[in-house]
Amino acid sequence: MTTLFLLVPVALPVLGALVYLVFGWRPATAWVSAASAAGVLAAAILIAVEVAAGPRTAIAGLLRVDALSAFMLIVIGAVALLATAATPAHLRAEIDAGRATARTAARHSVLVQLFLAAMALAVSAADLGVLWIAVEATTIVTAFLVGQRRTRSAVEAAWKYVVICSTGIALALLGTILLNYAAQHTPATAGLDWAGLVASAHTLDPGVTRIAVALLVIGFGTKAGLAPLHAWLPDAHSQAPAPVSALMSGVLLSVAFYAVLRVKVIADAALGTGFTRILLVIMALASLLLAASLLLAQRDYKRMLAYSSIEHMGLLALAAAVGGPLAMAAALLHVLGHGLAKGVLFLSAGRILQTTGTSRIERVRGLAARQPLLAGCVGFGVLALIGLPPFSVFASELGIARAGFASGLGPVTAAALLVVLVIAAALIAHTSRMLLGSPPEGPGAATAVPRLPVTAGTALVAGLVVCAAIGVSAGPLSALLHLAAEILTGTR
Amino acid sequence: MSDTTYTQLLDLACGGLLLTAVLVLWRRELAVIIRVFALQGVALAALVGVLAARESSVELGAVAVGLLVLRAGVLPWLLYRALVGAGPALRETRPLVNVAASLLAAAVLALLAYAVAQPLVALAPAPATHAVPVGLTVVLIGFFVLVTRRRALSQLVGFLLLDNGITAIGFLTTSGIGLLVELGVSLDVLLAVLVLQILTTRMRETFGEADLDELRELHD
Repeated sequence: MTTLFLLVPVALPVLGALVYLVFGWRPATAWVSAASAAGVLAAAILIAVEVAAGPRTAIAGLLRVDALSAFMLIVIGAVALLATAATPAHLRAEIDAGRATARTAARHSVLVQLFLAAMALAVSAADLGVLWIAVEATTIVTAFLVGQRRTRSAVEAAWKYVVICSTGIALALLGTILLNYAAQHTPATAGLDWAGLVASAHTLDPGVTRIAVALLVIGFGTKAGLAPLHAWLPDAHSQAPAPVSALMSGVLLSVAFYAVLRVKVIADAALGTGFTRILLVIMALASLLLAASLLLAQRDYKRMLAYSSIEHMGLLALAAAVGGPLAMAAALLHVLGHGLAKGVLFLSAGRILQTTGTSRIERVRGLAARQPLLAGCVGFGVLALIGLPPFSVFASELGIARAGFASGLGPVTAAALLVVLVIAAALIAHTSRMLLGSPPEGPGAATAVPRLPVTAGTALVAGLVVCAAIGVSAGPLSALLHLAAEILTGTR
Repeated sequence: MSDTTYTQLLDLACGGLLLTAVLVLWRRELAVIIRVFALQGVALAALVGVLAARESSVELGAVAVGLLVLRAGVLPWLLYRALVGAGPALRETRPLVNVAASLLAAAVLALLAYAVAQPLVALAPAPATHAVPVGLTVVLIGFFVLVTRRRALSQLVGFLLLDNGITAIGFLTTSGIGLLVELGVSLDVLLAVLVLQILTTRMRETFGEADLDELRELHD
């Protein structure tokens, strides 16, 4: 396999974007998006097999893919396939309802493809600078997707999203510059590439590195939706079109968190594990508490899902604070499980919004009676999200908890688990109010609800089945997870 | 260039950076703020120009010219266009913190920057790294403008101040972070500003005025 193959996950979505740019949105191009996502997933799996022997580099060392990057590429491919497979049905319903035109649908597809390319570039980048550029590019591309509907609330969400995320990511740029400064003054004069930074991490100046790492963790943490700079997330995720919410919540947050994990490897070698651990524990607990407090009385189901994303990013931050091979492997499995479950839920939420016309929890009643398949997907999706077996979130949360208790972060882990339980109770209470009960009566209630399109239904069910299957047995993924966890603990 | 001239020119450029940042806090007319911001772009380009002359580096000189075009030309022009579209409301009418308190805050932020930047200066003491706290002060002032101003355009200026400060630190600590990364960063900033400018226009269409106090549709 040539090294050019590493380019496929970035190049394929760019080609997809070109197709939509030239041909627009028509029946013949409706599935190009899903085909490109499937291609990314297939390429990611082949790359994962290839890099088991060692990292590969391409285009003059700009791209460098190791087991961790390959795993993230698989996550991107899987969630993207889920979201893009449900997109044609979503866009068709929007066009039928007059909320979109063929032009906006084409623009949506172009931007989604560029979004996928930017995320793939972020995880395959060989150095921190290119990673930064790719993460900022995701903000720019998704800004238009968030504000797509051009309503007051959509424009407001887009503004907040760009201002807060760009500011957060500007802090990460300052951190990058300072880390570069520290790296220039090591005996090896390392640049910003991961391999060089990790190799010379122990010679980095601790004072400068400490400032740089704090800025990088807070900066990329902003984009990952971690407190204290999380305010953009519930707005952006609730206002974006459903497939975009699925992608933003399912993978974009994790891609930003991937940057935090990479920085942590360098920080641990340069400063010892204590510094990032304190930083991450504070951010994790703050995110969890915030998510719990705003979930308890939540009235909007899309915002409910968004706050649940903050909770799960908090759990990932906790896993990163714990460190060690078990916690790291569990965190990566959590990224995949959460991505799939949250993807299914946001897509279902989009469908509920299209059929009921409201995003208020109390106005959606008796969903189980009116749309059984959709209600089933929402019900099982929420069960997957709160970590019920056999879904993989159960396995990963168990792994994080076990590692936490074993690592001396017992009290913090116990507190986090308590908060997670409270959140689970809140999620079940809100969801059961939507699913159960008698359908609302009144004018217009008697009209027949359009059936869930077969393609969208298949995508939702498949997402849940995969999430459950990797919970039962990770199969060949577990070898990849172990390799990636070794990279993250600096033992490889 | 002799050492003394180099240090003096460097300090002059950094002084320009700091002064323009404080002026943004002081003045309320958006048109004046944009002009001050353009001046800061000139100071930033001059700073990089001095470094380029010191190192006799053509590449760095080209970067300085690029910065001059982007920060003193393109970005202020984009801001000005957004301002012209805004109509008669040309003033930052009600900042969350009044001018006197803002200037006091700037002084505190400068002290903070000097305290935080100690390890940065200590790693490689040189005239250029001694100026790093100035860059950090500009970053902090930018952040302050971003969180205390209510008009969309003022927030945009705050974001750009933050960015100028970061760029200054980048060139003061090392000679930039590689041409490719530098280009990518500049492009990203330019695009972010374009996106925000488009959003300001859309906000005016949907809200009437680009006053962020009007943003209260989304909350918990």
